[in-house]
Amino acid sequence: MMEEKYIISDYCIIRNNRIVLNGEVVYTGNESSPGEFFSAAYRYFTISYAKFFKMDNLCKLGFLASELLLRGKNINDVYPGDEVGILLSNAGSSIDTDRNHQKSISKRDEYFPSPSVFVYTLANIVIGEICIRHKLFGESFFLIEKEFDAKRSYEQVKQWLDEQIVRCCITGWVEIDNDRYEAVLYFIQKTSVLQEGIAIFDAEKLTDIYLLGK
Amino acid sequence: MKEVYIISDNIVSSLGFSTPENIKRMQSGETGIRQWEDQSLSPVPFWASRVDDIRLHKCFSAHADPKDFSRFEQMVVCSVKEALSHTSIDVSDEKTLFILSTTKGNIDLLNKADTNSKAGSPVYLWQTASKLQHYLNLANTPMVVSNACISGLMAIIVGSRLIRTGKYEKVIVTGADLVSEFVLSGFNSFLSLSNGPCRPFDKNRQGLSLGEGAGTVILTSDLHVIRAHKIRVGYGFSSNDANHISGPSRTGEGLYLAIRKTLEKNKSRVDYISAHGTATPFNDEMESVAITRSCLQDIPVNSYKGYWGHTLGAAGVIESIAGAHSLISNQLIRTMGFSEPGTTHPLAIIDTNRKAALNSCLKIASGFGGCNAALLLYK
Repeated sequence: MMEEKYIISDYCIIRNNRIVLNGEVVYTGNESSPGEFFSAAYRYFTISYAKFFKMDNLCKLGFLASELLLRGKNINDVYPGDEVGILLSNAGSSIDTDRNHQKSISKRDEYFPSPSVFVYTLANIVIGEICIRHKLFGESFFLIEKEFDAKRSYEQVKQWLDEQIVRCCITGWVEIDNDRYEAVLYFIQKTSVLQEGIAIFDAEKLTDIYLLGK
Repeated sequence: MKEVYIISDNIVSSLGFSTPENIKRMQSGETGIRQWEDQSLSPVPFWASRVDDIRLHKCFSAHADPKDFSRFEQMVVCSVKEALSHTSIDVSDEKTLFILSTTKGNIDLLNKADTNSKAGSPVYLWQTASKLQHYLNLANTPMVVSNACISGLMAIIVGSRLIRTGKYEKVIVTGADLVSEFVLSGFNSFLSLSNGPCRPFDKNRQGLSLGEGAGTVILTSDLHVIRAHKIRVGYGFSSNDANHISGPSRTGEGLYLAIRKTLEKNKSRVDYISAHGTATPFNDEMESVAITRSCLQDIPVNSYKGYWGHTLGAAGVIESIAGAHSLISNQLIRTMGFSEPGTTHPLAIIDTNRKAALNSCLKIASGFGGCNAALLLYK
């Protein structure tokens, strides 16, 4: 049997009103808030998924990045849903929506907590949204880190692939904290034929891509 | 691949500050859930399981000045320190990892802290973990797993994998969460809180009771430090329902997949199931579907939520510890709050404390975001 290599087959970076897919700038916007930028990008790429508008900004951001990352891949034809893993991380967890929920309970005479806000006060909901969209049932969890820890993500995903817990994986960083937002997602696959120019999956390459245009 | 063992554990909850104290009080039929009237937490009275303030203050004062640590951090430190006190291992080396499992950490400080400060804020979970790292004198940056209600179980699964492959020799897994105004108001808005102590798997269950606490397991493969009663941590897996962000799948798909993968990989029979059993109508029904699809409907199953409430990020850890102690003592603990079967698929709910020959325990958990996890513990 041929030796299998792990590769970063695709990546998507969303930050500073710009979307980069596999090294190419695919969208630039001039909207003044993250939410407006995400909605403009959603329309630009003619994505049709009504649930998008119910999501909080963290989920919108993660959803957009995963949508572009998997575009045209027919992932369900290539991989069984329970063999696709997702490992995401960020620094603020769901801090943006946490602030919104807190606002709704801060004053006793304006006490209106809402289930549609509260459900987004968990970082891993973004994983759930991506799973629902693409029918993915595989291994997944969410890590909180001060900054993107490429080594830790690499080690986790490598272990999943080595132990055949998953056959491919979406991993990366999805963060929104007030006006600062940043998503860098990678699609990691195995291959036995290494095409020229394809990035080998390791911590250094994850970092190199993360730092592109930062 | 190395074997992974739990060499020490601790539970800090409404029922005590050590595992034996908690187990003893559960066996004697005590619940930690009671009604509270506390305007700082809720405009209306609520039922919850809370850690005693005076006792926490006293316990923590033996370690450090309570003024310098939040309530959440105090619970974590008390739990880690007590678990470590039963071992002689050195955790300050580079082969030790600390995994903190929590859904909301210091969320009670959100209203008070400046979350926009450049220096960070105690509300950020990495900041909390970093403070604990320095206090506990740990070499590595802690790993923070925040994955809704499966956080604790997931943290044990992740930690045991890292030992099995030799990346670390020792892993301290601590799960913790508070009963906060933030979380109470949220679950209340979902109408998922029970008016009275929760009743897992019961026909008349009305919802969950929240709980707070911290639980710690110390994992290692080092045979030299293993005590007489050793529990092995088998393989475990997670799986997403890919169905709905706040409601479990009607087919129990994710939990079924997690259980199936766990049973296949461990090649071991199951003697007992420690269920998630939150006592919400949907969760318990879903678990009955997933357990039945896995052909485990005749295996004794219980939920500990009637004793501790739903302790969120701590739940997977403290319930795994209780499961492990059932294996050690060959003693099953009844499902507090259960009296009449109330799921479409009947389960073998443990309704009286009883002796049983036990070799393995399947621990399962499910949470918002469609997440599910399963793990096998065995002698």
